[in-house]
Amino acid sequence: MLRKVGLILSLGMLGISGCVQSGPTSTPTVLEPRVLTVMTHDSFAVSEDVIRAFESENQIKVRFLKAGDTGTALNKAILSVDNPLADVFYGIDNTFLSRALDEGIFESYASPALAGIPDEFKLDPQNRALPVDYGDVCLNFDKGYFEEKGISPPQSLEDLVKPEYKSLLVVQNPATSSPGLAFLLATIGHFGEDGYLDYWSELVDNDVKVVNDWDSAYNSEFSGSAGRGSRPIVVSYDSSPAFEVIYAETPPETPPTAAVVGDETCFRQIELVGILKGTKNRDLAEKWIDFMLSTTFQEDMPMQMFVFPVNPNAGLDEVFTKHLSLPEKTAVVSPELIAQKREQWLKDWTETVLR
Amino acid sequence: MKQSRHIFRTTALWIVPLAFLVLFYFYPMLRILSISLGRGEGGLIAPFAEALTSPAQRGIIWFTIWQAVLSTLLTLLFGLPGAYLLARYQFRGNGVVMALTGIPFVMPTLVVAAAFNALIGPRGWVNLALMEWLDLSQPPVEFINSLSAILLAHIFYNTTIVLRMVGDFWSHIDPRLSQASRVLGANNWQTLRQITLPLLMPAIASAALLIFIFDFTSFGVILVLGGPRFVTLEVEIYNQTISLFNLPLAASLSIIQLACTLAFTVFYTRLSIRLSRPLSLRPQRYTQKRLTSWRSRIMAGVILTLLVGLETVPLVALAARSFTTQDQGRSQASLSTQRLTLANYQELTINRRNSLFYVPPTQAIINSLAYASATVVLALSLGLPVAWTLARDRDSVLSRVMDPILMLPLGTSAVTLGLGFIVALNHPPVDLRASPVLVPLAHTLVAFPFVVRSLVPAIRSIRPRLRQAAAVLGAAESQVLLQVDLPLVGRAMLVAAVFAFTISLGEFGATALIARPDRPTIPIMIYRFISQPGALNYGQALALSTILMVTTSAGMLAIERFRIAEVGEF
Repeated sequence: MLRKVGLILSLGMLGISGCVQSGPTSTPTVLEPRVLTVMTHDSFAVSEDVIRAFESENQIKVRFLKAGDTGTALNKAILSVDNPLADVFYGIDNTFLSRALDEGIFESYASPALAGIPDEFKLDPQNRALPVDYGDVCLNFDKGYFEEKGISPPQSLEDLVKPEYKSLLVVQNPATSSPGLAFLLATIGHFGEDGYLDYWSELVDNDVKVVNDWDSAYNSEFSGSAGRGSRPIVVSYDSSPAFEVIYAETPPETPPTAAVVGDETCFRQIELVGILKGTKNRDLAEKWIDFMLSTTFQEDMPMQMFVFPVNPNAGLDEVFTKHLSLPEKTAVVSPELIAQKREQWLKDWTETVLR
Repeated sequence: MKQSRHIFRTTALWIVPLAFLVLFYFYPMLRILSISLGRGEGGLIAPFAEALTSPAQRGIIWFTIWQAVLSTLLTLLFGLPGAYLLARYQFRGNGVVMALTGIPFVMPTLVVAAAFNALIGPRGWVNLALMEWLDLSQPPVEFINSLSAILLAHIFYNTTIVLRMVGDFWSHIDPRLSQASRVLGANNWQTLRQITLPLLMPAIASAALLIFIFDFTSFGVILVLGGPRFVTLEVEIYNQTISLFNLPLAASLSIIQLACTLAFTVFYTRLSIRLSRPLSLRPQRYTQKRLTSWRSRIMAGVILTLLVGLETVPLVALAARSFTTQDQGRSQASLSTQRLTLANYQELTINRRNSLFYVPPTQAIINSLAYASATVVLALSLGLPVAWTLARDRDSVLSRVMDPILMLPLGTSAVTLGLGFIVALNHPPVDLRASPVLVPLAHTLVAFPFVVRSLVPAIRSIRPRLRQAAAVLGAAESQVLLQVDLPLVGRAMLVAAVFAFTISLGEFGATALIARPDRPTIPIMIYRFISQPGALNYGQALALSTILMVTTSAGMLAIERFRIAEVGEF
C-alpha cells in the first residue's frame, strides 16, 4: 500500500518536472517559433483570426497570461520585476498608472504608431506606458422605469440628490470595485476635493445604496438588467447598453438602458500597454505594441472588450454608433493625484458613506 | 533497535508531504511576507503596531473572530440533527440527500448570491409575494448586505462538512452502547449527553475546526452578501494589497490571521487528544435502523425538510432561472412574464464573437474534472501517510509540532499565497509561475487539511488489540495494514476523496490567479460571463452553474460507488 503511495507520488513529481514551463526567457531553437508572452487582466479578449494573422506574419507564437483583475495583475508585474513573467503588460489604467511608473516596471518605447493618436490619451511623456483604448464609467438608467413613472431620467450628478431620485441609485464601493473608484473620481473631478464629501453626504441622505462589486450592483440591484432588481440607476460603463442589445435572446430595436453622458458625469478609464523591463524579446514586444495600435487590432477591440479605440482611424461597429451616446466632457483627475490621494480619499469616503 | 527503526519509518512517511509543504507553501509564504515587510519604511514593528492599535483594524480582527464563532456554532446546530438522521436511519434517498447537500460547497459566491437574490432579494419571490399580499410598496425583507446573510451563507456552505465528517463517524458507532445506557435507566437526553456526544466529540471537533477556519478566512461571502459594512481580515488583506498597495500592512495582517489560525488549531489539538478513545466501529448495516415508528417518521420529515430546504431550494431556484427568460421592456419582475427557453445553453456552444478565448462547455467540464482528479490523487497520497503518523505516534515531538502547522494553508490569505508563488517559484527548475500544474498543487494545499482531519479520527479509533491479534495470528505488518487498517479507514478515505474532489471543483480564488486562459475551469467561466452586462451573459452564467451542480453531484455519487472496502465484520 505504502509502496503504491510512493509510486503515485514519484509519478506525480515526474509529471510536475515534465510540465515545467520554460517561460518567456527561454532561448529560441531553430525548430520552434519564438514566443511572445503578453500579460493581461481577466477581461482581455481578442478575435482568433486577428491573432493568428499577426502570428503568421511575424512567424511567432503569442502566449497570453491572464493574471487576475487589473490591480492583481499589476502587483504580480511589480513583484516579478527582477525576472518578468512576460514581455508585455497590457491593461493598466490611469487609476493605477503612477504605481506602475513609480515601481519602474516598464521600458520606454516611442512607437511610430503613436503619431496618429490624440495627445489627450498620452499620459506618460516618456512613453513607458502607451494608450490602447478607453471606456467611460457613467451612470446607467432603466428606460422603462422612467417612462412608466413619467419622470425624466437624471442628467447631471446634481440631479441625483433631488427628492424625485430618492432611493433610486446603486453604486459600488470604491475600495473594492474599479467602476466604484472611477465614479468616486468623477465626483472629485466635478465637485473638487473640497466639495465631493458634502455631495456624498447628500447622496447618503437621498438613500444611495452601496454594494461591493459591479456584478451585485448591475445584475442584482439594477432594475434594467437580467436580475431585475429594485434600483433604476446604477454605475456602469457607457458601452453597457450595447451589451443589452447584443447579448439578448431576441435583440431589441433599442437598448432597454441608457447612459447619462452630461458634462463631468463620467470618468474616463484609459488602458495602456508597456514593455516589461528585462524582456529578452524586445523586438517582438515592439512589434506587438505597434500591432495593438494598428487599425486591425483597434477595430477588433470594441466588439471583443466593449472599449473604444484611441486610434481615430479605427471605425466603429454600427451597434456602437447607433445605440450609444458618449460623453463629450468627462470629469478629470490626474494619475499623479490619484496615486497621491487614493488612500486618503477612500478613508474619507468610507467615513462619510459607510459609518 | 526497534525504536530507531520506528523513528526511521516515521521520518520516511513524513518526508514527501513535508517536502511538498515546504516547497509549495512555506517557502512562497516566507518569501512574500519578507519582501512585503521589507518594503515598509518604519521597520518591522510599525505595520504590526498599526494593525493592532488602529481602531479600524482592531474592529476588523474582532469582527472576523466573532462572526466565525457564531457561524460555526449555528452550522453545528443546524447540521447535527441531519447527521444523526443520515447516520442512524436507513431510508431510500439517503445517498441522494448526502450528494444534494454537498453541492453548495462548490458553488461560486457570486452565483450563490444570485440564488439568494432570486429568493429573498429586493425583487425575489419572498418579497414579491409579501408585497402583493400585504400591499406594500417597498420590499419588507432586507436580507442582502446584512449579518444574517453572512451567517446563513456560511451555514449553507458548510453544513455538508458536519454531515460528512460527523455523520460518517456516527454511522459506525456501535448502537449497543447507547442501548445499554437506556437499559441501565438513563433517559434519551442523559444518553445523548453522557454517551453519544462524548463518543462523537472527536469528529465534531474536527468538523468545527475546519468550519471555523473557513468562516474565519471568509472572503466572497463577506464581500458579496455582507456588503461594504462588513470587513474580515481576508477582505482587508485583499484591499490593502490590491487597492492601496500597502504591502507591509497586508503582510502583518496575513501574519495575524495565521497566528489566530495556529492558536485555534493548537487549542483543538489539545482538546482532541483528550477527547478521542478507541472504539469498535461497526458496519453501517448493523448500526442503522429503518424508519418504522410514526415518531421517527415525523422527526425525519422535519429534519429533511429543513436540511433539503436550505441547502437545495436556492440552487433549484437558480437552475430554474437558467431555463427561463424574461420578456424585454418591463421593469417589474413577475412570474407571468417568464417563459421557458434553452437559449442560455445553446449560446454556450456558440463562439459568436470568434473569440480567441472561447472554450466550449464540455471542455470546461473536462478541465475541471482533470484538475479535480489530480487533486484527489495528490491530496490522498500526501494526506494518508501524514494522517497515519499523526494518529499512531501522536505523542512524538514531530506529530505534536506538525499537527497544528498542517492546518495553516487553510487559514492563509489566497492573495498573499498567490503572490508568494510569483516571487518564489520563479527560477528553473521550478519556474511554475505560469504552469497549469500550479492549479492542482494549489487545490491540494486547501484539500490536504481536509484529508488529514477526515482520516485521523478514523485511524485513531482502531483498537490496538485488533492489530495485535492479527500480529499474534501471524500476519506480517503489511498484511495488518492491508487487511485490518485499510478496511477500517476505507470509508474515511472516501469522505476525504469527496472533500478533495469538491474543493477542487469549486475553488475560484487561487484558480483565477493561476489558471491559463485556454484551460479555464467551470467557476472561471461562470465568472467570465457574470462580469459582463447583458441578459444572455447572465443566463449563460446560470446555465454553467447548473452544469457545475450536475457535474459535482455526478462526481460525488461516482466516488461513493468506488468503495475500497466496507468496514468489515470484526
